[in-house]
Amino acid sequence: MSEAATSFRTAASLYQELVVERARRPLHAGDLDPADGAGDGSNPLCGDKVRVSVRLDAHRQVAEIAHRTRGCAICAASADLMADSVVGLDELRVEALYGRLDHLMQQGADAVGADGREQLGLLLAFSDLHDYRSRRKCATLPWSALRAAFKSAEEP
Amino acid sequence: MNELSRTIPILHAEGPDLSYLRADFPILSETIRGKPFVFLDSAASAQKPNVVIDAMSHAMRTQYANVHRGLHWMSERTTDAYEGTRDKVARLLNAASREEIVFTGSSTNAINLVAHSYGSLLRPGQAVVISEMEHHANIVPWQMLRDRSGIELRVIPVTDAGELDLVAFEALLADRKVGLVAVTHMSNVLGTVTPAARIAEMTHAAGAKLLLDGSQAVVHRPVDVQALGADFYLFTGHKLYGPTGIGVLWARRELLEAMPPFLGGGDMIGSVSFEHTTWAEVPHKFEAGTPAIIEGIGLGAAIDYVEAIGLDVMQAHEAALTRHALARLAGIEGLRVIGQAPERGGVISFTMQGAHAHDIATLLDQNGIAVRAGNHCAEPLMRRMGVSSTARASFGIYTTMGEIDVLADTLDRVRRFLV
Repeated sequence: MSEAATSFRTAASLYQELVVERARRPLHAGDLDPADGAGDGSNPLCGDKVRVSVRLDAHRQVAEIAHRTRGCAICAASADLMADSVVGLDELRVEALYGRLDHLMQQGADAVGADGREQLGLLLAFSDLHDYRSRRKCATLPWSALRAAFKSAEEP
Repeated sequence: MNELSRTIPILHAEGPDLSYLRADFPILSETIRGKPFVFLDSAASAQKPNVVIDAMSHAMRTQYANVHRGLHWMSERTTDAYEGTRDKVARLLNAASREEIVFTGSSTNAINLVAHSYGSLLRPGQAVVISEMEHHANIVPWQMLRDRSGIELRVIPVTDAGELDLVAFEALLADRKVGLVAVTHMSNVLGTVTPAARIAEMTHAAGAKLLLDGSQAVVHRPVDVQALGADFYLFTGHKLYGPTGIGVLWARRELLEAMPPFLGGGDMIGSVSFEHTTWAEVPHKFEAGTPAIIEGIGLGAAIDYVEAIGLDVMQAHEAALTRHALARLAGIEGLRVIGQAPERGGVISFTMQGAHAHDIATLLDQNGIAVRAGNHCAEPLMRRMGVSSTARASFGIYTTMGEIDVLADTLDRVRRFLV
């Protein structure tokens, strides 16, 4: 690990390797065309924008998802790790997962039980946001866009 | 030598040793995440010296009552202390009289006061001119005035270097429909110091009045409102090493007298009946309700403090810091300073290729360094400069060359980590 990396990466750092890597090289970047729904999120304080598009299966579970993110590393990684985490989930289960993530950010990793940690999986990368209140919106912005995408998929 | 004047020779010294001055600011000895606290966010709000903290504490502990209305010893003492600040502000700005100083809650409140009160004297068809580099607080009140009164809002463009385009400004004034020009004296994003005296000359030649938002400028350099030729000048206490909750509006007396009151009640009253109410004399006509008494006293202590150091000394110190910072930042690959105006104060906004401003700020914070990141409440300016957000380092009287070096060294490590 480089000198620069060691100075910023503590044992449980906000910028752990997974976050930086996904921000640099997202696995789910782009737009689905056609899509069943698409939604936007934006943060007026920094100008960050996320567009999420989804295809849903017959049970209205996420079959495919892509995001186009112009934002910070936390926002970009959050969009990409969210896309990893929600495939196969319907809207209710997405909301439940978001609730877990919100609880993680509000209360920290210690407050999330073993079951919660298992459900969160890669999203545990954001546990340090417990100490960075002002950065939580960066991580939640893609979820707002996903929520809007579900809503748009409902509309005729 | 009084308690304050000991700071003066320290700033004058060759290779300034600021340790004595920094000792006046207790928060500067804090550590953040185990690192020394490097505070480079003074443009958002400056840290407070002991003399301000002590003055406010002393007033609350030993000398507190409501002002202007108590016919008793304690109220009179508190009124003397509070009103003493009005004299200090008048001296700081070189106002023609203390009656030209109106206390407000903030810079934003002061601009809203002018927009409502002086704005009500403008007629449909007249125009207000602002600039592309304004803080939202000097944009939105004028949009609200436009929407309720039918005036036109015109905008001076900003050049690529981050200066006001005075040729375009001249054109905006040409039809002589402009009633008021409201521009910043120093940009909170670019650090640009606007040519206030030239703007005043052009404004007055077109038959308009000039408002200068001095929220940043008054912190960094001596301000003489009469020499500048302004008609309104305003600033906030908390950026001048004083408390939050107190701001200042200076206006020429004849303007204040012509303007209707803004808010009603309390100190702004002459006499009241159900049929008719008369207003208090200026400046009290614009000071409704119980004022921010303790904060006003704190602002007075802050003005004593900066005057003891000397605004010209502060300006020279911050100019040296800014030169050093610009030279150090120029050596960081991919870093771009936004705004290149030659006349500038100690505020530097920058972007870094491949690194978002929020990530820069968080990584600096992990090393104890506080900067601001975002759009700095100046969205139109962000768009003009082609960025969605910037990181911003801003300096105060307590900022050291060593802290600039820590910033530059850490930014270089941020680049190697993120990019």
